[in-house]
Amino acid sequence: MTTVIKVPPSLDENTFEQVLEHVAGIPEDGKMLLDARHTEWASPYGLTALLTLGQARRTRATFAAPENDKTLSYWSRSNFFYYAADVFELTGVVPKRAAAGESPVLLPITPVAGSEDVHQVVGHIQDRAQQIMAKELKLDPKAIVGFAMVLSEVCQNIIEHAGQGGWVMVQTYNWQQRLGRRVVVISVSDAGVGFRKSLESATHRPLPDRWDDAAALEAALIRGVSRFRDPGRGQGLAGARKYIGRWDGKLSARSGTARIAIVPDWDNDVPLVEQLPYFPGAQIQVTIPERAQR
Amino acid sequence: MTNHIDLGTVLRRTLSANLYSNLVTRPTGAAVRGQIESLLADTLATGRALTVIDFSHVQMIDFSCADEIIAKLLMSHGAQGLESYFVFRGMTEDHWDAIETVLERHGLALVVERDTGVEIVGVLTTQERSAWNMLKARGKVALADFPPDTDEESDLVRDALEGLFRRRLIMRANDMYVPVGELA
Repeated sequence: MTTVIKVPPSLDENTFEQVLEHVAGIPEDGKMLLDARHTEWASPYGLTALLTLGQARRTRATFAAPENDKTLSYWSRSNFFYYAADVFELTGVVPKRAAAGESPVLLPITPVAGSEDVHQVVGHIQDRAQQIMAKELKLDPKAIVGFAMVLSEVCQNIIEHAGQGGWVMVQTYNWQQRLGRRVVVISVSDAGVGFRKSLESATHRPLPDRWDDAAALEAALIRGVSRFRDPGRGQGLAGARKYIGRWDGKLSARSGTARIAIVPDWDNDVPLVEQLPYFPGAQIQVTIPERAQR
Repeated sequence: MTNHIDLGTVLRRTLSANLYSNLVTRPTGAAVRGQIESLLADTLATGRALTVIDFSHVQMIDFSCADEIIAKLLMSHGAQGLESYFVFRGMTEDHWDAIETVLERHGLALVVERDTGVEIVGVLTTQERSAWNMLKARGKVALADFPPDTDEESDLVRDALEGLFRRRLIMRANDMYVPVGELA
């Protein structure tokens, strides 16, 4: 029997949880159809997490592509279908991959598996994003350099801890209703071992009494704990957090059954959510808003 | 002996077909540090070495790379007791965020060369900073100017100068302390 799961019309880090709630009831090798025919919008988080979902399934799931032409076109130019073909059985009319340079996305979905991928991603952002971030988001050059640093560190998190490749995507949006400003969003997702198992692999440090996905996320993001004995490790995400705080941004990370967020004043998200449906690996989202007019 | 190491050149030599001038990722940092160490190996065998690490052709450096290159270079040379001094040139605001973070993490300081002359940045005690400012203003300070057990203030200055020397932030030559960059 194939279980059909409807992908919400608008897919972001919150609505993706609806998908996971349904997936939780299906055995890992059970047949699944992700029905995105009526989906009209997806954030970088939504798109990268969908790929991760496909990657994590033992039995290849079927994916029904959106019917809306604009959505289809945007997802195609975001490279979604190019990589989705590797992890899903695609149904519906799927456009051919757009030629390089045609993408409207700041950084289309890009696989990250090794150090050289991070060089490519950071270089791409520097080439394409500087003008957009300076003009549209009114970020000063220092913030743009910091943005590339954060991008580098969150991508490295995949290489260092996931145990397998993941994806990254960067896009700007106009959050007129929610924030009244534009934002730039980085989303990174992998189907690897996740924060808890990664930190558990450290043999030099006993685990605390309370140890679960939430505790692991807190240790890694808030306290800069790393699985490595090297005292220099763990600075990447901690440094990213410092940058994000300085530019009034938001950082959220989901791993296993928990999600932690560094929440700025402009957002009403909760700092910690536990007992979520299990999802492998780690999903990190960084949101930097346009600089407010003074 | 003075070495000049252009990090941009080392980066391009380390990464084949690298079109960018970004010091990012830990493996890249480790490879670049390895290149620096091998460049320094010969000169260190002859005794004291002063190395100018030039950031002029580096667009950005991330936290991981700063840790691998700067922190580990300073810590490894310090732990080996080598008389190895570093001056960092061409460091801009764009590099500073990552570098400051790793210096704070490890309690390190380094000498930077600016248009206005050499400065020390990072984690320093108040006494070390005062001693550095005095040394920079005077150009050189004789050990004999601060004989041990003379008075408390003299002892503090002497200890601070000795501490800066042990951290290879200043040099000692012929019973004189001198700022590192002054001999570059």
